[in-house]
Order: sequence, then C-alpha cells, then structure tokens
Amino acid sequence: MNKRDAIATTCAYCGVGCGVRAECGSGGAVRIEGDRDHPANFGRLCVKGAALAETLVADERLLHPQIGGVRASWSMALDLVARRFSETIAMHGPESVAFYVSGQLLTEDYYVANKLMKGFIGSANIDTNSRLCMSASVAGHKRAFGADVVPGVYEDLETADLIVLVGSNLAWCHPVLFQRIAKAREARNGLPRVVNIDPRRTATSEIADLHLAIEPGTDVALFLGLLREIGVAAAIDVGFVGAHTEGAERAQRVADDWTIQAVARRCGLSREDVSRFYDLFVRTEKAVTVYSQGVNQSSAGVDKVNAILNCHLVTNRIGRPGMGPFSVTGQPNAMGGREVGGLANQLAAHMELDNPAHRAIVQSFWSSPRLPTAPGLKAVDLFRAIGDGRVKAVWIMGTNPVDSLPDADAVRGALANCPFVVVSDVVEKNDTTAYAHVLLPAQAWGEKDGTVTNSERRVSRQRGFRGAIGEAMPDWWAVCGVARRMGFAKSFDYGGPASIFREHAALSGVGNHGARAFDISGAARISDLDYQSMRPFRWPWRCGEPANETPKRFFANGTYFTANERARIVETPFREPMSKRTIAAPFILNTGRVRDQWHTMTRTGVAPRLAQHICEPFVEIAPRDAEQLGVEDDGLVRISNARGAIVARARVTEGQRDGSIFAPIHWTDQFASAGRVDALVAPHLDPIAGQPESKASVARVEALRPDWFAFALSRVKPDLSSTDYWALARIAGGFRFELAGFAAMRDWRDYAAELFALTRADRDLMLTMEDRHGGFFRCVASVNGAVVGALYASRKPLTVSRAWLCSALGAVEPMALLAGRPAGAKAESGAQICACHSVGAHTIRDAVAGGCRDVRAVGVATAAGTGCGSCRPEIERILRQAPTQYTPRPAAPAFARQ
Amino acid sequence: MRERLVVIGNGMAAGRLVEELLERAPDRYDIVIFGAEPRVNYNRIMLSPVLAGEKRFEDIVVHDEDWYARNGVTLRRGERVVAIDRTAREVTTDSGVRASYDELVIATGSEPVVIPVPGNDLPGVVTFRDLDDVEAMLAAAAIGSRAVVIGGGLLGLEAAAGLAANGMRTSLVHLMPTLMERQLDEQAGILLRQAVESRGIVVHTGANTRAIAGNTRVTGVELDDGRTLEADLVVMAAGIRPNTRLAGGAGIRVDRGVIVDDYLRTSDPHISAIGECVQHRGKCYGLVGPIYDMAASLATRLADGSGVPFRAGDQSTKLKVTGIDLYSAGEFAPAEGRQDIVVNDPARRTYRRVVLDGSRLAGVVLYGDTRDSGWYLDLLKRGTDVAALRETLIFGRSLGDARAEPAA
Repeated sequence: MNKRDAIATTCAYCGVGCGVRAECGSGGAVRIEGDRDHPANFGRLCVKGAALAETLVADERLLHPQIGGVRASWSMALDLVARRFSETIAMHGPESVAFYVSGQLLTEDYYVANKLMKGFIGSANIDTNSRLCMSASVAGHKRAFGADVVPGVYEDLETADLIVLVGSNLAWCHPVLFQRIAKAREARNGLPRVVNIDPRRTATSEIADLHLAIEPGTDVALFLGLLREIGVAAAIDVGFVGAHTEGAERAQRVADDWTIQAVARRCGLSREDVSRFYDLFVRTEKAVTVYSQGVNQSSAGVDKVNAILNCHLVTNRIGRPGMGPFSVTGQPNAMGGREVGGLANQLAAHMELDNPAHRAIVQSFWSSPRLPTAPGLKAVDLFRAIGDGRVKAVWIMGTNPVDSLPDADAVRGALANCPFVVVSDVVEKNDTTAYAHVLLPAQAWGEKDGTVTNSERRVSRQRGFRGAIGEAMPDWWAVCGVARRMGFAKSFDYGGPASIFREHAALSGVGNHGARAFDISGAARISDLDYQSMRPFRWPWRCGEPANETPKRFFANGTYFTANERARIVETPFREPMSKRTIAAPFILNTGRVRDQWHTMTRTGVAPRLAQHICEPFVEIAPRDAEQLGVEDDGLVRISNARGAIVARARVTEGQRDGSIFAPIHWTDQFASAGRVDALVAPHLDPIAGQPESKASVARVEALRPDWFAFALSRVKPDLSSTDYWALARIAGGFRFELAGFAAMRDWRDYAAELFALTRADRDLMLTMEDRHGGFFRCVASVNGAVVGALYASRKPLTVSRAWLCSALGAVEPMALLAGRPAGAKAESGAQICACHSVGAHTIRDAVAGGCRDVRAVGVATAAGTGCGSCRPEIERILRQAPTQYTPRPAAPAFARQ
Repeated sequence: MRERLVVIGNGMAAGRLVEELLERAPDRYDIVIFGAEPRVNYNRIMLSPVLAGEKRFEDIVVHDEDWYARNGVTLRRGERVVAIDRTAREVTTDSGVRASYDELVIATGSEPVVIPVPGNDLPGVVTFRDLDDVEAMLAAAAIGSRAVVIGGGLLGLEAAAGLAANGMRTSLVHLMPTLMERQLDEQAGILLRQAVESRGIVVHTGANTRAIAGNTRVTGVELDDGRTLEADLVVMAAGIRPNTRLAGGAGIRVDRGVIVDDYLRTSDPHISAIGECVQHRGKCYGLVGPIYDMAASLATRLADGSGVPFRAGDQSTKLKVTGIDLYSAGEFAPAEGRQDIVVNDPARRTYRRVVLDGSRLAGVVLYGDTRDSGWYLDLLKRGTDVAALRETLIFGRSLGDARAEPAA
C-alpha cells in the first residue's frame, strides 16, 4: 500500500484533536497511525486512537432509517420528521420543539442544526451534550474575558515550568497531552513540575510532584487561598491589574478569609501541602493551570473556572508563552459547537442572543424569518421540559442522554412519554435509540466529512476515507432535508460541507472588526478544492490575512472582549456542593472516564483491544470504608440513592479518600445489568452555566453477597435477562461476561445451555467440571466440534486467568480452556496494561522483579509502554508497588519531598 | 553359619521381598523359595497383555534362572508347601521335601473366587490367576468359540478384552449396574462400557449368574432373568480371596487373611507374611503398590532387625486394555467428609474424578487421559494439603497450578 494513499483526518474522541492518517487497503482493511505533521500530536496516538480501525465494523450499526422500529426510506422518514415538527410548532409554538445535539457532530452539522432551530424555527431550544462537560468554562471565559476563548496553545504545556492539573485525569482522558508533558519533563530535567489537584489518586498522579487529594468540590476554596497568598507574597502584577482588569480588590476581599489553615481544613489537606502548592505557584511565573471536568462538572463550576482565571489574571500570567489557564475539552468538537453557537444561550459565531446588534447581524445574514430573543432550555432543563410536556418533539443527534445526563432514569421516563422522538445515530441499539419514533442512520467517523476544532482553537479537517455503511448519511444532510421539507429550502441548499463551512466562516467576520474573538472569515472564500486540502489552522483567521499568522495566544496585549476591554476579576465566594452527605447516603459519588473507553461505549465498546484494560463497571472505595461496610476487593457492591442504583465490582484502593467513591460513566444497559451511574447523579446545576454537578452526588454503598459468581466467554451475545448481575465486553471473536446470581443455581448445565443457546444433545456433550461441595462449576460448550462458550462459576469472586481465557477461546484444546490455563504452563500475563503490545500486569511485575528499575527498562524488556505510551503511568505505579521498595527517579528536584 | 530364610510362594510379593533383602543384607541368609507354579518369578499383573497377544511370557519374567544362580537363591519351583512345623521350624512340601528355617515368610497370595453356582466345576470354566489360566484361555480361543467372562472389575475387563482380541465372541456378565463400580461413578462407567462394547464385547450389567450350563463341558451361562448366554469358555473373574489355608493349618492367627502387625509379623514371631494373603489392620490388599510396600518393610526388618512399619501407600491400579486408559488410586467409596470433584468430557471420552477427604486427596480416577497419574499418586502418598489447589486440582499437573488473576 502506498503511503500517499493515506488520508489525513482527526481522531474521533477527546478534545486534544490528534491528527490521524488512515490508509485503506484492499478488502476494506484500514491502517491507522498518528499524523506526524499534525501539530496537536506530531504522530502520537493514545490507545483509543490507535484502536480506531477496530471500531470500523458493521456490527451494531444503524443501516437504514426506521419509523416505529420498521425500516423506512429516507424521504419517508424526513417527511415525517418535518411534518411532526411543523405540526407541533403550529399547535404549540416554537418552544415546544428542541434539538439535543453533540460535541461529536462536525462543525458543519452543528452549524445547520443551530441555524434551523434558532434562525428558522425561531426557538433557542438547541443544546448539546457539551453542556455536560465544558459549559462552565464557556461561562467562566465569558465572565472574565468577554468571550469564550482558550488563550493558550499546547506548546505552553511543554514550555511551562509548572503545570497545575485541576480536576483532570489527563493521563487517561487526554493521554497525548499527558505524553507531551511527560516528554518535556524528560527533556527539561523534570520541568514542568506538576501539581495534581484531584480528590482521588489517578494515573495522572503518577507524574505529579505533588498530589493534593482535596475534599470533593472545594476547588474554589483552594484557589481563593491561592489568590490570597499571591497578595500576601506581593506577587500581584499591580501595573497589569490596574491597566487591564477590573474587580481585583473585591475579589481579593472574598479571598481574605482563606488562610492556609482555613484552606487546609476545608479542603482536607495538610497545611504543608497547601503551602507547597502556593509557594510553587507564586514562585513560578511560567505556570499553566490545566483544568477539565473536575472543575466544570460542579454546581460552582463557573466560579471554579473564575477562581482559577483570577490567579492568572492578577499575576498577568496569561497570553504569554508557557503560562495561562487552559481548559481541556472532552469531545472532538465541543469547541466547534461553541463556535457555531450550538448552546441554548448562544446565538451564533460568538454572538449573543440578548444583544440586539448581534441578532440583527445574524438575522440579516441568514435572512431568517424570526430569531429567539431569550435563551432556550439547557440540557437538563430541556429534558425536564420533555418530562413535563412542554417540549413535545425532540431530535437527538449523536448522543445518548438516557445514559449521560444526570438523573438518567428520569430522562428515560421523559423520553418514554415524549410524543415524538427522533434519534440520529450510528448504532442501532443504545439506551436512547430504544425510545425513538424515528431513527436516522448517521455517517460515522471515517465516513463523514467536515471540520472540528480542538482545545487549542485549532480547526482541522475530519475527512471521510471509506464509503458509508448502509444508507447512513451526514447529519447536515438530514437537517437540511428536514429544513427543506419545513419550507426553508432556499436557506438550506448546500452542495456539501464546504459551502456550509464558507457560510459559517463568513458569518464569523460579519460586523466583527476585532470585536469578537472568533473570526475565521479568512476562510470564507476558500474553494471546494481548498477545503478538501485544508491544513489545520488556529483561529482567529481574519479576512485578508493568511492562516496561522495572527499571534498564537490571545490577550498578550492586555485587551479583552469586554465592553471596556478589561478582564474581569470575578468574586467567587466558596459554595459547598449541593448534595450533602446524609445517614442514608453517606458517600460522595465522583464519576469519570477510564483509559480505554469513551462516553457510553457505543464506539469503543466494539473494539476488543479496548475492552482488555477494564471490562466491567466498578466502584473505587477507600480501604477503611470498605472494611467498615464489609466490602471485599472484587466483590460486588450496590451503590444507590433516592434516584437510582447501580451494581458494580468493588475496587478497594488507597487512592480513594475516605467517604468518597468513584464510578466510571461508560457502562450502559447494553454492557451491564445495572451500570448506568448517571441514574445516581443529582441534576444540581451551576446557576450560570446550567452544567450539572456530575462529580459530587451522594449515595450509599452496600456490600452484596451473591450466591455465585461466574465468568463466561461466548461466541455470540447471549440473552442475559434472567441473570441477576452481568457485564459484557467484546473480545476477539466474541464476548466476555462477568456474572453473578443471588439465588442458588438449580442446574448449571441448564443455565449454560440457556446462556449458549445449546440443543439438548450439545448440552449433554458439554465438557464439565463440577465440585458440588466446593461450589465450583465449569463447562466448555461446543457445537459441531467448535467451542462456542465457556463458563466458570464459583461461590466466591472468580480467580480464573481472564486475560488468557479471552485469548484462548477457540485457540486451545477444550480441556485447557476448562482449566483456564495453557498446557505447558505458560505464565499468565495478567490484566492488560499496554494495549499496543498486549502486555499484562504480571509480565510487567516479572520484569520489575527481574531488575527493571524504570519505565524505559520495562519497555526494553517487555515492549510495554513503547507504543502510544498511555500506560506509562500504570507502569510507574507497578514500579512503585514493587516489593523492592523501588521509587521512581524523582522527575524534578524533589521539592515535594523536602 | 548363615541364618536360613524360607519363603513360601513365588509371586510378586516374594520376588520383591527377596530382591529388597539382597540389596540390604546380601550375605545374611541362605534363602530358599518354594513356588507352587513350575516357573520362575514373573509379573502376574502383566498376564493380560500376554492373553491379548501383546506380550510373550519371556517379556514378563522378573527373575530368570540366571538371577537365582547369581544371587545364590534356591528356587524350588513346582513344589507346594503343605505343612509348617512351627516347633521344629520346618516346612514340608507335597513331594515330601523338608526345609528348616530361622525365619519363615508366608507369601501364598490369593486365589480366585469361584462363584458357588451349579456347574462351576465343569471343564471349560477357568479363572484368571496364573499362566496356566492364560494358556487355557488361549487354547479355547484357538478353536474360535464363545466366551463369557463373569465379573466386570479390572480382571474381568482385561480377560474379556484379551479374549476378544483373540477372536472369541465374548460377553461380560456383571452383577452391578456399573462396570468397575468400586472405582467409577455412573458417567465414567458409561464411557468404559462404550469403549468395551466397541471391542465387540457384549456387556450385561445387573446380571446375576444362576448356573453354569453344560453336561460334560460348559455350554453356557444361565442368568437370573432366564436368559442363557452360550459359551465354550467361562472365565470367573469375580474377585479374589486371601490364601490362608497353610497358615491356618499351622495354627497361625488368620481371619480373612493371615493377620500381621505393622512389621508384618504373624502371631508366630519367627513367621512373617506379606502379599495378598495378608490382613493388616483389618484390611486385605490386592493391588501391587501396597504389596511392594510390605516387601520393603519386611526386608528392612529381616536385614537388620530395625524395620520400618508398613503403611499402605500407593494403591493405584491401571486397566491394562490397549486403547482404554483407566487409572485409579486411593479410596472412592462415599464416606463422611469425602467430597468429589469431577471432570467429564463425553465428546472426547475422557473423565477424571478426585476424591477429597478434608483437605487431602483420598482417591483419583482417570479415564481417557492418565498422564497425570503420577502427580496425583504423589499427592496421595504424601498426604499433601491440597485445599489451596481445590479449584484447579482436577486439571492435573500441567494445568492445575494456575496463577490466578482476580476480577477484571
């Protein structure tokens, strides 16, 4: 295959926006590699990115439009959508319909959806799942800067002398940025130093010189204390503050009470640790504060953002190389969505709904019949309005709110009762598509074509490199189809994404003249050909200038986008999280991502490689809490509150604070019996941003005592409806399951026969192992001599070699499969750590025991960590845990160990 | 002058005893062995392959003429001891030969149980004990006729397989519902039965023999249910009985077997007994393992008077039918505290069962794949605590010692 055939595109996942090169071979084989020329990643990819090709499968895809679960033609489906939306609007007004869209839409899709809702339907009821991840940053940026601007660029992470990571498990959620930092530290003798602020110890903490495990939700107190300390240390840039900011004095008065002692007490930290952090920040001019969902997903999320921005503003550490606040987004095009105005409280192109001049610009540009004057319903409120009947028709695009919104069971109830639900998605079955009256097959990554913007304002082309599966179409095409049928044909007549992009770019320049940060009008006249070959560029790209010529960073000149061009230093009085621990719900429930999965697993869930790291919903709990509750490591626990419940595997870990638990967000009804953690999340919102407090709900924990536990492998996805607890994941050529039951199993052979859909004859021919007294049962089922499934049951949590079993299905003799171990005793490699080279924990521990003293040596010995590098923090952890008491070489002058 | 050691019997126990004794104290005794069979010492448990035509007699000889000459051991073969004079310390043979002893060892073995039914003495009814029996069977097979084997235990199965291999139309009659029911459970019994039947042997389980039919010669076997199985040869393989006549006649204490203490001494301090004729702590033994253990124990005592108490160790047995791999060792009968772990693979016709007694291995049955027999026997003999291996023990040495990984 010729390298030149490779198509440059961007990764489908997080907001780092890595460049990817896709080579299509004959027979549909696709090879993925990092794009060395892309400035986000310079060729690096994380595990998820590296496994993108594995997600390009037809399994589970939605292939045709469906109406009421029955295949329909596109024209029938779009006719129906247009008719029902028009009827609903006619009867109940434009506020009775809504779009709920996604940070995974391309900018062009987003643009037309926003244009249809705001410019033609005349409602602002379009909101996006980005509301759940970074709307607090949008609001915080706008409060401080007068515009939603991330001032810095990725290079700043490498040239800084200090990086403060707040509420960010960068190692798992933005691995390529993490790797860039790690690489810089190697090259710069431990600089930048890293301070990690996170209630729990994560893989990211492995790189940190100082980890502050703060009490959940107390970030504002910590940064108020920092603001005070900056004043005490006379580190305020008085000249800058006087010339370019306002509000500093009022904000500092709010900070007055937050002495180091007060901060330490409220945040649950030692005074020494707080002092170290403050000293380091005060002393280090080139400081970048990277923050993510731990900051944003809070009822005080906007205040958290501003508390951080305040510290950078009073020290004038903003807009200059190696310094500044840095919001890192979680979705590939959350930034693009912000730019088109795809949030219910935005208009378009950084223009505001409540600004008459902006409304005039947009209305005239779009020739729109009506524009809303008030903000629409933000995500959580939108689904409340669906629940109480105010919104009667909703079109959901590329997102899975039944799993991802807080109070998720209420969301499910709302959709179940909604008169008209349209869902555009790439998969046929997820927990949301189940409630769709009309299902529209969307093009997936690799098929669709357009642009995305990453966390450093860089616009890149996401290109299609393979034909669409089935009748999947681009989302912009479906939106325009409905718009045309609603009578807006003239305004939605686009030849393709290039013409939409040109219109979007043009709008950003209308009446701008530097008044609005977002301006890409330089791209307004690019040809279709130029669009095809467009190289990544960072905005702004103003009309008449070449791309990438403007200063890289915003605010270097001290001019902001507020009316008086001064940055606002905002008062941020500390507020507690809204949910309070009670006797009935004594734990703070934190939520987040794991390394190898993304969102609700609709895409990553099909890749066997990505299921090997963590393949079951889990709950992290501190050892002391676990002991008190009788929770055993690897036992099952039920986490519940008044809203809902999940059942998950317990992971007892020192990394968790007492009184706090953590559960991942990824598991849905497609992958587990009860893993939807958002069913437990309270819909408490930030009053400004409307962003839900997803990381500080309260819940109770109960140890479950199943009668039996089982692990199973199967060629096909079985019916698990009669199994009390299950979690499934993909493996090569099938599925793996964790199972448990609360009642004694009557007949294991019958259960296995049901699980593997065996005939009576095949049931009787099963290879079995039975130990009635010991409570063990195992079987390997075959059909026509080929193994179709294996089941391992025990009265206690199973201790079979899962990693080996998953590789062994169909590859070894049935007896070895039954034994759970290869003949000839090849050592078990353990739970997978390095997904690129399939290296397990045991193999790495063996290498450490064999004398490897650092990650590099482990890499030489086992190849672990030499691929994408995402697993290096976990290798560090194994090195630290090694019985030799080995501690990794301090990456920086050991200030944290003074 | 050297002490005189007389050994009555030249079976496997006697052969092993003399060998072990010569190793420990080659010059202590003048040894005389009386063997009722007119041949040198041979490996009786290998008679089945001889019957099946897979081995010749020469192949199973343990001590040939040369060996006796080299070691200065006197073998009086074909001479049956008929009396022991304990006062005179002297034995007498059926040919009137007398021999004095300082130490006497009784190793008279066992004799086949001939079931007490009419016709059981008809010509054509044989047992399966020694080479004469094998030769009788082979002679019958040479005529090419029908055989009925009574008894579905180890010996009966080997006899039936051997006869079938020699072209006889063979039936097997077994009283119990399951073949080898002492070792196997129903599932394994089914596997074994299928394997036996695949050799053309007709198996009748739950079948009680009422009489042996025939006037001058055997013509058939009559069953309780009224059926008669035609037969030109009937092999009785319904068990063995310790041969205690000689000892009992000499006033030595006997019960089911010749009673011995932990040092294999009989009630007469100058007379010891080993082998299948012995009853030790209430138990008689028919497997070669414990019998070799007896020989070793007694040899140490006779060598220097020290003695290692006899403990039954290896109680394993292997079905010697080519193509059927069946191994069992230890105890299988259900009892308080005994627990079973079973692997059954009907598709590949393999089966294994381990029986635990508390945290120790009590017994093991391997069918179809007996490669792990040595490993289990070792665990059994050592009394290893296998509690920690419980989940994987059944998979044998290569598969049974997994390093486990807890839940994902």
